Amino acid sequence: MHALRLTACIFGMLFFWTSRASTWVVCPDCELSSIREAIQRAAPHDTLLIKAGTYLEYDIRIDKPLTLLGQDRPVIDGQKKGEIVTILADSVTLEGLSIRHVGVSYTTDYAAIRVVKRKHFRIRDIDMEDLFFGIYLEKAQQGEVTGNRIRGQAREEYNSGNGIQLWYCKDVQVGENEVSGMRDGIYLEFSDRIRIQNNRSMNNLRYGLHFMFSNDDSYTGNRFESNGAGVAVMFSKNIKMQGNTFRKNWGTASFGLLLKEINDAEISGNTFEENTVGISIEGSNRIEYLRNDFAGNGWAIKVRGACYANTFRANNFLNNSFDLAYNSKVNDNRFEQNYWSNYTGYDLDRDGVGDVPYRPVKLFSYIVNRTPETIVLLRSLFMELIDFSEKVSPVFTPDNLQDERPLMKRVHDRG
Amino acid sequence: MLKILKYSFYDLMRSRWSYVYFLFYLALGFVLLFLNNDLSKAVITLMNIIVVLVPLIGTIFGIMYYYNSREFTELLLALPVRRSSIFLGQYFGVAGSLSLSLLLGLGIPFAAYGLFRSGAVWDFGLLLVTGAFLTLIFTALSFNIALANENRIKGFGYAVLLWLLLAVIYDGLFLLSLILLEEYPLDNFSLAATLLNPVDLSRTLILLKLDISALMGYTGAVFKEFFGTHMGLLVSLGALVLWTCLPIWRLAVRCRKQDF
Repeated sequence: MHALRLTACIFGMLFFWTSRASTWVVCPDCELSSIREAIQRAAPHDTLLIKAGTYLEYDIRIDKPLTLLGQDRPVIDGQKKGEIVTILADSVTLEGLSIRHVGVSYTTDYAAIRVVKRKHFRIRDIDMEDLFFGIYLEKAQQGEVTGNRIRGQAREEYNSGNGIQLWYCKDVQVGENEVSGMRDGIYLEFSDRIRIQNNRSMNNLRYGLHFMFSNDDSYTGNRFESNGAGVAVMFSKNIKMQGNTFRKNWGTASFGLLLKEINDAEISGNTFEENTVGISIEGSNRIEYLRNDFAGNGWAIKVRGACYANTFRANNFLNNSFDLAYNSKVNDNRFEQNYWSNYTGYDLDRDGVGDVPYRPVKLFSYIVNRTPETIVLLRSLFMELIDFSEKVSPVFTPDNLQDERPLMKRVHDRG
Repeated sequence: MLKILKYSFYDLMRSRWSYVYFLFYLALGFVLLFLNNDLSKAVITLMNIIVVLVPLIGTIFGIMYYYNSREFTELLLALPVRRSSIFLGQYFGVAGSLSLSLLLGLGIPFAAYGLFRSGAVWDFGLLLVTGAFLTLIFTALSFNIALANENRIKGFGYAVLLWLLLAVIYDGLFLLSLILLEEYPLDNFSLAATLLNPVDLSRTLILLKLDISALMGYTGAVFKEFFGTHMGLLVSLGALVLWTCLPIWRLAVRCRKQDF
């Protein structure tokens, strides 16, 4: 009796499950050969198993909670006719697909995948090629975009789109994606509490990562390499930037990180390597710079004015052409216990801290700020001489701009 | 002329100073590579030294050699040898041995550290070529000064002044004029001013090869456009050749008229 009831119960559950969430197989030779048709037929919470092959479809609108799983990486080819996948329902999952040939338009932002005003979406392991916009999240919330590979071939800024764009989004996780050859790798506008982790953004036309009016976000462990300019963070509050690598953003107007009108941020454990300008700072206040490495940059840090109450502590400044450029004589920022490879002081009491303060602003960098053409005298003997005399008795550079306790050895603990 | 060249050259090769010079560069190369182990970084450090030291040593050595071999020169003048071959022979002897010390002294350590397997070969080659040019130029200039001044103290004074002028004061005036004229477009002016001074020219050539041009903003772009092309490289090498030939030509003309 007991066993019978259990069996009935199991059957009941099975019946319930199969009726609630069935799987639809889509393949080019099957009865169901169109993804769009499969979506129409499927009930909410069903799974569409899409087998290998090429599907010439665009404007696929997912208007019920579905899971689209690609098997052996099927290709959805939009033939450059417009947008490809639009998600218009909560709890949609896309996984293992390959999407290519998005239409280019000067009036509509066509994307490979767009989420409109929905929650709990998951976009995973999608390959995207030949794009206008990659993933476009519009007023979407609480979803994740992970492990996607987005490869564009942007030539000009005006007719290319962004890899991953978030517009008025909240609580989205963007992780382990690879974005290259787009206009901006990842672009955030009016998006709060976004976590951007372990992405690689390379060879993009404009920025690797771009923030506008977005607050309380964090990006950690990302790598930004060879972009037009690394990362631009503008008009945003409470941004955490940790453990990222900014490399080879090299060009006449290039930089690793641009901060414009940023307040209360934390920048720690990042590596800035071989950028024309490591960090360019403008109108940014109360920012803590901790344990960052600046190596082989043209300028490690360029302060352009209206920056107050920033703290630079325990950073390594290694072989930069200029450690710091400053364009005013007023200084309200603190430099404490950093390691400067250009430091020539001594440490008689052997406590690991130099006995003479280090002045990171050279006279030459001051002159270059005034008359940019003078840069042609870089590394000339005359410049070294006047730099030396300025170091001995500062006249032009702010005299309180100094590291009172420069470290003798570089900071290794960068946790 | 070749015989005199050979004589001067061998004389110098056996002299202590060539060895000191050679050993200095050898030690410098090894120490630099030992300290930072990175070829391209070492090339930058080396550039600072080459651009400043090579002209100085060329100047001092040239003028010292001329004054020291004065008696021998007078002896030669009494013989039926063409004057220009006497002086040019001596000049090439000095410049040749100095250049050889430079090339070998720096070449050996860099080759030992695997230069040929790294990408810095061409940068390093350019460095050596400009170094050799600077030696030729400044030795020729110092010979000119020595020829014009019987008085050794005066000659030395002028020679050092010349070095100071080209290596330091020129840049100071350059900087001053850039700051004073900052309201005008200065790119072509700075380009011309760079071409006119061999020290600045060498420095700029090497810096641009090391891809520091991006640092230089708009001016750098203009410079890169000029020096980066084959045309620019030819023009700047042409300027260096001109800087070498002019003093040598003047030396040849002057020694014919000089009354000893």
